[in-house]
Formats: sequence, structure tokens, C-alpha cells
Amino acid sequence: MDYFIELFFSGLSRGAIYALIALGYTMVYGIIGLINFAHGEIYMIGAFTSFIVATILSILGLPLLAIVVLTGLAAVVWSASYGYTIEKIAYQPLRHAPRLSALISAIGMSMFLQNYVLLAQTSDFLPFPSLIPDFHFMEPVAHIVGSTDLVILFTTTVAMIVLTVLVKYTKIGKAMRATAQDRTMAMLVGINVNRVISATFIIGSSLAAIGGLLIASHIGQINFYIGFLAGIKAFTAAVLGGIGSIPGAVLGSIVLGLTESFATGYVSSDYEDVFAFSLLVLILIFKPSGLLGKSDTQKV
Amino acid sequence: MISFREIQRCFFISLWFVFLTFPIMVVRVNSIEQTVQWRWMNVVYVLVGSFFLSLAFRYFLKRKEMQSGKQETSGDTSGQSLIHRALSVPLYRNSIYAVLLIVAVTFPFLTSTYQVNIMTTALMYVVLGLGLNIVVGLAGLLDLGYVAFYAVGAYTYALLNYHFDLGFWQVLPIGGLLAALFGILLGFPVLRLRGDYLAIVTLGFGEIIRLVLENWGEFSQGPSGVSNIDRPGFFGIELSLDQAILYIYLLMVLFVVVTIFLVNRLQDSRLGRAWIALREDEIACQAMGIDKIKTKLAAFSLGALWAGIIGVVFAAKTTFINPASFTFLESAIILSIVVLGGMGSIIGVIIGALVLILLPEYLRALSEFRMLAFGAILVCMMVFRPQGIIASVRRTYTYKSRKQKQNA
Repeated sequence: MDYFIELFFSGLSRGAIYALIALGYTMVYGIIGLINFAHGEIYMIGAFTSFIVATILSILGLPLLAIVVLTGLAAVVWSASYGYTIEKIAYQPLRHAPRLSALISAIGMSMFLQNYVLLAQTSDFLPFPSLIPDFHFMEPVAHIVGSTDLVILFTTTVAMIVLTVLVKYTKIGKAMRATAQDRTMAMLVGINVNRVISATFIIGSSLAAIGGLLIASHIGQINFYIGFLAGIKAFTAAVLGGIGSIPGAVLGSIVLGLTESFATGYVSSDYEDVFAFSLLVLILIFKPSGLLGKSDTQKV
Repeated sequence: MISFREIQRCFFISLWFVFLTFPIMVVRVNSIEQTVQWRWMNVVYVLVGSFFLSLAFRYFLKRKEMQSGKQETSGDTSGQSLIHRALSVPLYRNSIYAVLLIVAVTFPFLTSTYQVNIMTTALMYVVLGLGLNIVVGLAGLLDLGYVAFYAVGAYTYALLNYHFDLGFWQVLPIGGLLAALFGILLGFPVLRLRGDYLAIVTLGFGEIIRLVLENWGEFSQGPSGVSNIDRPGFFGIELSLDQAILYIYLLMVLFVVVTIFLVNRLQDSRLGRAWIALREDEIACQAMGIDKIKTKLAAFSLGALWAGIIGVVFAAKTTFINPASFTFLESAIILSIVVLGGMGSIIGVIIGALVLILLPEYLRALSEFRMLAFGAILVCMMVFRPQGIIASVRRTYTYKSRKQKQNA
């Protein structure tokens, strides 16, 4: 039973991280109907920025809390800037192009970013400093629920609440929802659609940066290639929950995280990624609209 | 054309890029030894580089907008119909083909083995590109897991050769057909999906195949791969290494010729027309009475067939394969060949393959930046020239019929 609970919590925290990345996919898809293939790379850049900033700060000898806060801030700022810039360069000129073009441009961007980090940094796995302290007070249950899991779950929950408030109650959130529903109509009622799209990219990238920071300090190592797999899995989660739907992305991520965790725990750890991809293929075949998604009828 | 204001703007953009790339370009840390390395020179590189790039970006973007405006008013398209025009006259076309064929056949006798090897690889990518061109360029189905079929072919030959000692020529059809079968197997369930979803499923499928090959050790010998695969036989005669390389090269020339012929015929066939209809508008295509399922399956399996055959050739050429040769990156390279050359255009794909495979080989200094350039080229291509180096012939056709109408 302990093993089951352990797997459950590790699956939950895994799902929470997927959710942070998946939200970026789902929001961008909801607004401009494009799979932002470079989103996984934004998460990777978030992890690298955290790595660099955290190491410099720890050399300077700052207290742990200050390091965590400043690192998080830096990761969010830079990832958001990357998200904004990528949209301006690779997606905005293609707003009216066929979808295939936009998708290929996104793949190109993703390859570019990977190799940019590879060339500027290194292809080796870099050891990431541990930013999450052990909570000594929870010694009796510590082997079941790690402090990392708790921090991840807590951070993700806070991020979700902030996002929900943002989308539901603020002006930019309203504009985002309006643009997602009908871009032309939103333009007609005076919404600056370009600004809304930029805001979506910025918000999505910030969430991905938090995900990058969390997963990097959880796993303890980073590499230029981590974005690809994480991106695909987060996308799987977004599709699983119904792409374009914010609660769907969270639900899908948790389902995916639990599936992976139990599959590795009870079946085999070698096939962890195979499970994720198989789940993706199965979902798309049997329910292309996802768990909470609306099925779209195509207009003629 | 470029005003002072724009130069000013570009300067601010390059400042923005300095900020953007600052942590990753300038700082390099070692978290174990706790050292920081500052590379300040990179700031200058980024500043100057991004200034000129943004200037060029703006200039081309402006030109593109002006051109698209011009096109709407005059109805004039295609700035590079020279190649198409040359190819439309049978006399020119045949003599061009003859010269190319002679050059291709005499090439190995004039150069070194090393050159022949590189050229063989390039020709393999030509065929791979032409195969993917059926799926992406003609039928408009974005397949991001194309390399999976390539892997199927390669592993078919490697394993059959390893376990049953089957020869190259025996396995060639088996590898091709098995890959085509995989194409149908993948195509069947994903038929209902469109555009992006299809791309993702094929990507997932490609990764599943690679991961299975990597992890199912008893079947595929895992990450260490299969080695000592036989080179193709030549009527039972033993070939030396140089002769074998020459033999594979000439085989590839033959394959390329056959592929071009077949793809050309396919394009003009009923099936090829159906693919193009499917690409242009799926619903209208269905309304015309085209069996969507059959058409898509045909595209998938025919594309896979070529990948499988080249997979067998690849295994025979390198005599060693492992799952690392079949990553998503490989699919992306083949896709960029198709896109760069011009989707749906046979000449375009050939040129695309030669440029993308040969250029980095000859510019060794650039090879480190190859993948970076790939990514950038894909983006720029989509932004500035979505139709590729050589646009598909169909565009020229529309243009001509209009001109003829005017003349008549």
C-alpha cells in the first residue's frame, strides 16, 4: 500500500509539472489554433536560465530562499521574453498562411532553439543544484511523499489559481477568451488581437519556466534535449484533456502523470515513454476531442 | 527603402536580443567546481549579428508584402519559371536529363571514394525526400514519423541477414513491403485525424518504434544495434570495399532514376490527382466522390515503401545500424528537404536534398551549425518563401493557362 501511495504522489507531482507546460500549449492553441512546437524549448530555456542564475547566486553565497525567489523570477522573465520573441518572428508573419506552414515554422523554431542552447552551452548533462530543502518535520512519511512532491504540488496549485483569476476576472483574460472564441469579432469590438496573442505567449511561457525550474531541481540534471520529450508529453496531456480547454489540460496532465507513474512502477521502467506515446495515439484515435474538449464540426 | 527610423528600430531590436540571449550566450557556469565563465565577446557578436539580421528580416518582409500586393493587381506569379520553361520543351528536357545521367554515372570514376560515399548518402536522401513528398507534398498529410518506416526497412534487412543470412536483393522487396504494411497499419487508425493531430500521431508513432527498438533487446539487440551486415551481392562475385561502394552508388543512381520516373507517373495518374485534391480541400475532395480512406492509405503506404527500400540500402551501405540513426531529427531533416525544395515539386525535392546534405559535408566548418541552420532555414522559408526553392509545377500551369487565354 505504501508503494501505491508513493507512486500515486510521484504521478501527481509529475502530472502537476506536465500541467504547467500543457497550459501553454492549450492556451496558444485555444487562441490561434497553432501547436506551438517550440513550447517545450521554452521550458528547456527556463531550466537553463534557472541553472545559470542559481549557480551564480549560490557562488555569491545568498541564502537559499533568496536564491529560489530570484531564480524563479529570472526564469520567468527570460522564458516569457523568449515566448514573446518567438511569436513575433516565427508565427506572426504566418497568421494567414496555411496551417502546415505555421506548424513547420514551429518545428524549425524548436530545432533552432535546441541547437542554439547546444552550441552556446554544452551537450552534456549538467548537474542542477538542489533548490528544494528537505522538510525534516515530516520524517515519518518522508519516504512516501517527498518534500519535492509537496513543493511541486503547492507551486502548481498556486500557479493554477493565479491563472484562473487572470483568465476569469481581469480585462486581458476577458480579451483572451473573446479572441479565442472569434478573432475577427474580437477585433471588431476593439480588442488589440496582437497584444492578446503576445500576452498568451507570455503567460504560457512563464508557466513553462516555472515547470522547468521545478523539474530541473527535482531530477537534478538538465540537457539541451529535455524540452523535446517534455513538450511532447505535455502536449499529449493537453490533447488528452481536450486541447483548448484550461481545466482539460490540468486533468489530462494528472491522468498522464498517474498513468506513467503506475506503468513504470508496476510494469517496466524501460517503456515509460512508450506508454505516454501509446496513450496519445489511442486517445487521438478514439476520442480526438479529448476528455473535456468540444468536438469541432468542420465548416464547409 | 530603409529609413533612419527603421535603422533605429533595428538597433533597439538588437539590444533586445542581447538581453534575450544574455544568460545562455554569455554565461557558462560549472555548478560542481562553482566557477563562472563570462564570454563578453558574445555580446558584441549578438549585437552586430542581430542588428543586420533584423534589418534583412524587415527588408524581406516588406518586399514580400509589396510583392503580394503586386500579384493581386497584375495576376502575375512565379519569378523563377526558367527551370520549368526549360523543362517544358521536350528537346531541352531530354538533353538535360541525358547530361545529368552521364555526369552521375561518370562521377565516381573522376573522384575519390570519399566523394562517392557522400554522393551516395545524398542520393539516398533524394529518394527519401521524394517518398515523403508523396505524403506531405502531394497528399498534404504532414508525417513527422517518416523515419520509422526507414527504420523498419533497415532493421528488416539487418535482422533477416543476421538470423537467416538472407541477401540484399531478397530482402529489398520484403523491407519495402513491410514498411508499406506499417504505413497502412499507421494510416488506418489515423485517417480521421486532420492536420496538426495527424502530425502529432505520426510523431508519436515514430518515437514508439524507436523506443521499442532501443528497449526490446532480445529482438533488436537494443542500443548497441546490429553490426556486420552484408553488403549487397553482385551475382555471387566477391567485391572489394571500393568496388562495393561504387556498386552501391550506381545502384542509388538507378534507384533515383526509377523513383523519379515512378513518382512522375504517379503524380499525373488518377491517384496523384486525388492526392492533390485531398491536399487542396478534403471536404470538396470527398464531395467529388474520391474515396478519402483509400487515397490516404495509398499515400501513406507508397511513401513508406520508398522509405523501407532506402532503409534496406542504408543498412547495406553502413553495415551497422542502431536506433540512434532513427530519431525525430532525421524525420525533420527529410521534411526540411521537402519543404526547402518545394513541396510537391520533384526537381525541387532533388535540389533540396542535394543542397541540405552536400552543403554541410563540403563546408565542414559549418557542420556544427548545421542543425541550427536547418531550424532557421525552415522558419525563414515559411515566412518568406513558403513555396520552396522550386515551386510546384501546378502554379506555373495556372499562370500559363491565363496567358494563353489572353493571347487567344
